[in-house]
Amino acid sequence: MKNNTRSAVVTLSISVLAMIVSLKGRATTITGAGSTFVYPVLAKWAATYQKITGDQINYQSIGSGGGIHQIESKTVDFGASDMPLEHADLVKNNLVQFPIISGATVPVVHLAGVKPGQLKLTGSLLAEMYLGKITKWNDPQIAKLNRGVKLPNQAIMVVHRADGSGTTFIWTDYLSKESADWKTRVGEGTAVNWPVGVGGKGNEGVASYVKQIDGSIGYVEYAYAQQNKMIYAQVKNRAGKFVEPTMKSFRAAAAGAEWGKAKDYHLILTDAPGRASWPIAGSTFILMQKTQANPAQTREVLHFLHWAYTSGVGAAEKLDYVPIPKKAVGEIVHTWQTALKMQNGAPLEIGL
Amino acid sequence: MRPGVLLDAMFERAAWLAAWVVPITLVAILFVLWMGCRLSLQHFGAGFLTSATWDPVAQNFGALVPIYGTLVTSAIALIIAVPVSFGIALFLTELAPGFLRGPLGVAIDLLAAIPSIIFGMWGLFIFAPYFAAHFEPWLIAHVGSWPVIGGWFQGAPIGIGVFTAGFILAIMIIPFISAVMRDVFALVPPMMKESAYGMGATTWEVTSRIVLPQSRSGVIGGIFLGLGRALGETMAVTFVIGNAHELTHALFMPGATISSTLANEFTEAVGPMYTSSLIELGLILFVITFIVLGGARWILRRITSRTVGAPI
Amino acid sequence: MTRQRKRALINFICLALACVAMAFGLFFLGAILWTLVKNGWPALSAQVFSQMTPPPGESGGLLNAIMGSVIITGVATVIGTPLGILAGTYLAEYGDRAHRVAGVIRLINDVLLSAPSVVIGFFAYALIVARTGHFSGWAGVVALAVILVPVVVSSTENMLKMVPNQLREAAAALGASKSRVIASITYRSAKTGILTGVLLAIARISGETAPLLFTSLNNQFWNTNLSKPMASLPIVIFQFAMSPYDDWQHLAWAGALLITLSVLVINITARGLAKYSARNI
Repeated sequence: MKNNTRSAVVTLSISVLAMIVSLKGRATTITGAGSTFVYPVLAKWAATYQKITGDQINYQSIGSGGGIHQIESKTVDFGASDMPLEHADLVKNNLVQFPIISGATVPVVHLAGVKPGQLKLTGSLLAEMYLGKITKWNDPQIAKLNRGVKLPNQAIMVVHRADGSGTTFIWTDYLSKESADWKTRVGEGTAVNWPVGVGGKGNEGVASYVKQIDGSIGYVEYAYAQQNKMIYAQVKNRAGKFVEPTMKSFRAAAAGAEWGKAKDYHLILTDAPGRASWPIAGSTFILMQKTQANPAQTREVLHFLHWAYTSGVGAAEKLDYVPIPKKAVGEIVHTWQTALKMQNGAPLEIGL
Repeated sequence: MRPGVLLDAMFERAAWLAAWVVPITLVAILFVLWMGCRLSLQHFGAGFLTSATWDPVAQNFGALVPIYGTLVTSAIALIIAVPVSFGIALFLTELAPGFLRGPLGVAIDLLAAIPSIIFGMWGLFIFAPYFAAHFEPWLIAHVGSWPVIGGWFQGAPIGIGVFTAGFILAIMIIPFISAVMRDVFALVPPMMKESAYGMGATTWEVTSRIVLPQSRSGVIGGIFLGLGRALGETMAVTFVIGNAHELTHALFMPGATISSTLANEFTEAVGPMYTSSLIELGLILFVITFIVLGGARWILRRITSRTVGAPI
Repeated sequence: MTRQRKRALINFICLALACVAMAFGLFFLGAILWTLVKNGWPALSAQVFSQMTPPPGESGGLLNAIMGSVIITGVATVIGTPLGILAGTYLAEYGDRAHRVAGVIRLINDVLLSAPSVVIGFFAYALIVARTGHFSGWAGVVALAVILVPVVVSSTENMLKMVPNQLREAAAALGASKSRVIASITYRSAKTGILTGVLLAIARISGETAPLLFTSLNNQFWNTNLSKPMASLPIVIFQFAMSPYDDWQHLAWAGALLITLSVLVINITARGLAKYSARNI
């Protein structure tokens, strides 16, 4: 018995060690990490790209903050963040930044008798609710916009994210643009000091609370509202029109974005211009080191991203993402050509 | 004889070295944490411990709410888990028929084997909605108006919050506490129990007057083992506590513990001060655990030195 | 009410409450297992064991995650077990000689036992990932080993202390050296107890999520190379469970069922062993 166990343990350890050694010399793989929001589409792209080229692009969602931190400490080939970095931060860490994909955030409610898209809200109303100033669903300010909708005399239960999140950044950035009070009292960020409400972990957590709590309002990425068949609200955009959250209104918001004019592509799609634009949208940004020690590796990253911009559009839209417009892709490629350098200072040949 | 002596010395040395790995690891962890939080240590100083602010936008952080939440959830867990574990141990040692003892004991132990992320998912998707629909409204309506403790049972019936976190923690630590209790109850010499039964004592009297005093130190040790688990538990609490940095005594309101704050915010923390403050929270948790466990040992030593012959 | 009746009544109430407590514990075990089986069983198929984790909208399995978990947990166990057993031996067999030091080490071991796993993950990140400049399975191994060692230390110590001193003394009287006594007497009689402790420690680490996120990261492709990012079941469960896509959520439940079942099997094996040894001592 004793000898058997011992030999089993020895065999096991040897075989594990052999496995580790024998598989050492395989093709290099690319590692990226960051934003949870882009994880599904990057996983989809990476799987398809691997089938075509054999290259493995391993992207993992560790959160935007994690992505920023990891690219700064050079533990990954690229990072991804839902919050664009400021120019000073980019310079300090020698980083280049560009958008990879956009997406929308949607307010969802749980109110008896209210159907999806029936409720109309504005940014300032949302801010007042999230500040705890409007506390009842039959508040005259809500009722004024919603003649014909039966609003109950019920407390508004605010649901927000418990964890830090890019979705929260887009949401609070929008509220800050719409309400001066919100901007001074709370401000925008991946996590903020919420005046009221309960926090759910992840989009899925928020969605499940909103589904459970009668009289609640929350915000989730569009895909979650869609998949969970939630009651979304219409929101008034900058042009004064109430719009429904649809791919069409998201695309309108993305189309109006003037990426070329924004320094470091620092642009948030909230409160976008245009009559049909959905007002609460944002983008995920890829972060890379400007000086590249391993040009071959970098070239692989860029080839993959370029493939995603051009050939990955269909897959992205199927997953409810909003692709970056063609015109902007040209500008981004130009940025790659000028900003990325080899260690000796020579420009990096991308070879697209 | 000589090779034996040499072998002895080598073996003892090896064991000694291995034992030292434990404190070295702790020192290394503390060092890494300390390096990581120097920034917030310098900036906030001792005020970090007493400030209830947690404002990532203004980069202003304080640890009071998570410290409070950690202690309160652990306290709730103990209040629920200790009597239940005691009941389970009593059932398994005194009541269960022989053929059921083994399987039922294993079943309770298996509760400890369920990974904490599974507890979290179950707590979020199954327990919280059910609790919100069937128990919370009743508690709020009936107990919420009682004097003194009524204030604890107020809040919105949403299923998540400090109480739910404490409750899930209780389920998680019951197997630990009850296993220890069961073991120490079994160590009480059967002679003592038999003689009490012989004098006509009831099962309860034997348990409360013979078994419990005899195994007191072991029972307390088991409770502290459970408490240690509860203080550091991360994933299960993270899913159900609601992460609100607000000081409230209402147990149905969302709160935060140190480990849930770390798990919720560490991955998305932007900026050195934010990260640094989170790491300082981790350091504080170590200090709390150290104080609690050190205190437990101290109590145990005092009790064992008084009751002669008590099993440890 | 007579005194006799009152005593009987109190006894009855207390015992009834004990039954309620037992039912309480069993109820939650049942409820959790039922949830897992209900959601996970329909999603379990041969595919789960033969295909890689898929992108949303495609069919796939959990093979890379299962393999990654087995490797990371296995290597962590191989590294951590001898260390833990030796340290536990020191505390149990040599601890009396330097009881102050042993007491401190014991306390520190208890503190490590209840250390939040997310902090351990951060430690392994600073120690390995930040140094080597990339995420790797090894970093996950270190994190899990740091969690495993204290569990093994304390269970080994407890098991060794249960070995009656007469056994040791008898062997020593026959002229056996101390290391010889430990190896052939103490270890032999505590063998299954120690093994039980190790198995319980494996069960404990195989469900850990937080310490792996910042160390072994995850990998959507097949990888058995520990110096690269490696997939693991708990991380995949976490990512997929929190996603909006049905097929991902199904896989998450399948993974949750798998991991719980294997942990339960490990546990039952451990208990069985303990029982077997109790009969054969």
